[in-house]
Amino acid sequence: MTTTAVPDLHLRDSRTMLRRNLLHARRYPSMTLQVALIPVFLLLLFVYVFGSALGAGIGQGGDRTAYLAYLVPGILLMTAGAGSIPTAVAVCTDMTEGIVARFRTMAISRASILVGHVVGSVIQTVVNLVLVTAVALAIGFRPNANPLEWLAACGLLLLFVLGLTWLAVALGLISKTPEGASNAPLPISFLLPFVSSTFVPVDSMPSWIRWFAEYQPFTAVIETVRGLLTGTGIGHNGWLAVAWSLAIVILGFVWSLRLFDRDTH
Amino acid sequence: MNPTHPDHLTTPAIEATGLRKAYGDKLVLDGIDLRVPRGTVFSLLGPNGAGKTTTVQILSTLIRADAGTARVTGHDLAADPRSVRAAIGVTGQFSAVDNLITGEENMALMADLHHLDRAEGRRVIAGLLERFDLVDAAGKPASSYSGGMRRRLDIAMTLIGSPEVIFLDEPTTGLDPRSRHAVWQIVRELVADGVTVFLTTQYLEEADQLADRIAVLNGGRIVAEGTPDELKRLVPGGHVRLRFLDPAELARAAQVLGVGQRDDEALTLQVPGDGSVHTLRALLDALDNASVSVDSLTVHTPDLDDVFFAVTGRPEHEKVRTR
Repeated sequence: MTTTAVPDLHLRDSRTMLRRNLLHARRYPSMTLQVALIPVFLLLLFVYVFGSALGAGIGQGGDRTAYLAYLVPGILLMTAGAGSIPTAVAVCTDMTEGIVARFRTMAISRASILVGHVVGSVIQTVVNLVLVTAVALAIGFRPNANPLEWLAACGLLLLFVLGLTWLAVALGLISKTPEGASNAPLPISFLLPFVSSTFVPVDSMPSWIRWFAEYQPFTAVIETVRGLLTGTGIGHNGWLAVAWSLAIVILGFVWSLRLFDRDTH
Repeated sequence: MNPTHPDHLTTPAIEATGLRKAYGDKLVLDGIDLRVPRGTVFSLLGPNGAGKTTTVQILSTLIRADAGTARVTGHDLAADPRSVRAAIGVTGQFSAVDNLITGEENMALMADLHHLDRAEGRRVIAGLLERFDLVDAAGKPASSYSGGMRRRLDIAMTLIGSPEVIFLDEPTTGLDPRSRHAVWQIVRELVADGVTVFLTTQYLEEADQLADRIAVLNGGRIVAEGTPDELKRLVPGGHVRLRFLDPAELARAAQVLGVGQRDDEALTLQVPGDGSVHTLRALLDALDNASVSVDSLTVHTPDLDDVFFAVTGRPEHEKVRTR
C-alpha cells in the first residue's frame, strides 16, 4: 500500500471517487434528469410557441426552422450552465456530511475527492448535451458542419463545461447548506445564459446591456459554436471563447483547491 | 505500518505535548499533554465544549494545532501527516457514511481507497459485515439505517484498513442501551486484537467500563488523569464498612481501631479508607491481632461522578449526563 507510486495513487483514488459519483447519479437520477429537461422544455417552447415571431425578428430566413438553427447553440450552453446546480449541491452535501472528514483522515489522494466530482459532473453534462442535441436533431435541426468543425465545437463545449464544473465545485464548497448550494450557481445556470445571444442577437438589446451581453463568456462560446455548426460569422468570438473557457477553468480550479485546503494539512 | 521497525513496540501510540488551539479569541485547547501506550484504551472524558472533538481532529490530522507537537505511532503530525493517516482509523462524532449508497457499497468504497485487491476486499468486507451484524442490511441504502446500525457501519468502515490506532469520538452518544453495549463490546474486541483506542465520551460510566486510563478534560485543560481507580481515589468519601455478629465484637473493634462511625443497631462500623489492598490488609491485621471477628466487609469507593464533580469543581450546573 505504501509502495504505490504517487501518480498511480492519484489516478486510482480518482477512479474510485468517480465510481462513487456515478453511482450517486445512477441511484438518484431525478436531479440530473431535471437539469436536462429544462433546456429541452425551453427549446420546444421557443421553437414551437415563439418560433415564428422570433424567427422573423432575427431577420435571417425568418421562419421557425431558421430560428431552431439559431437557438440550438444557446440551448446547449444553457444545458452546460444548468449542470452546475447538481454539481454544487453534490459537493456541498459531501462537505456537510461526515464522509469527507473521513476521506481527509485517510492516506488517499486528496485531490481525488474533487477530481471525482468534476469528472463525474462533466460526464453527466456531456450525456445531457448529447440528449439535447438528439432532441434538436429530431425536431429538424440540420447543422452543416464538417467533421473538423464538429470536433472543434465539441472540444470548445467540453473545455467550457470543465470550467463551469470547477466553478460549481467552488460554489458548492463555499455554500453552508445544500439548499444554498442549489442557488449559488444561479448566475451561470440562469442569468448569463439568458443575458446572452441564446434567444435573440445582442444587437437587438438596449445599449446599456448590450456591451455586457456581447463580451460575456456565454455569448462568445454560443457565437463560436453557432458559427462552427451552422456557418454564421465567428469573428473575434473564437479566441474570446477559448480565452474565457481557459480563464474559467483556471479560476474554478484554483478557487476550489484553496477552499478545500482551508485549515487542514 | 512497519512492524519490523525496532521502535514499534516501545513508541507510544499517541504522544502529545502542549497542544493548543483557538478559534478566533475563543481558546479551545489550552496546552494539553497526552501519552497513550499501544494496545490500550485511553478515554478523554469531559462535558460538551471541553475540547474533546478538537483534540481528536488535531490528532487525526483534520486540523492543525496552533502550538504543541504530537506523534501518532511515532510519526510527527506536522511533518508526516500521510504516515499518520495510514496508521489511524477515525469514527467521528457525526456519522461518516455515504448515505446515498448501500452499506456494502460503503464498505467497498473503503476497500478500494485502501487499495485492497478485489478478492481480499470481498473477504474483509464479508467478515466485517458478519462481525457487526450488518449482513441483512448490507444491500439497503445507509440512509435507511437506525442510529445503532449506522454507528456499527461507521466503525466497520474504519476497520477496513486494519488501523493501529482508532479514534472514536463520542461513539455512543445518542444510541439506545443495546446499541451502546454493542459498541462497548466492539471496543473490547479491538483492544483484544492489539489495537489502540482513543475514545472520547461525556459518559462517566463508559470511560469506567472501557478505559485503561482516563484524562478529564475541562475548559481546554486536562484537570485529572489516571486509571479509573486512581481517579476514584482522588476524592474523599471512600470507606470500608465492617459488619459484626454481636455488639461486643463491635465495641472491641471500635476500641481497637479508634476511628469510624459506629452503628449499634445495624452492628456496623464505617471506617474511612480508600479500599486499596494495602489499607485493607492493615485494617484486617489490626482486628486479627486483637482477635476481633468480623462477619462481613464491604468497600465503598466513590464513583467517577464524584471524581468529575471534584476535579471540575462545578457540581451544580453540570452538563455531564450520567446514565
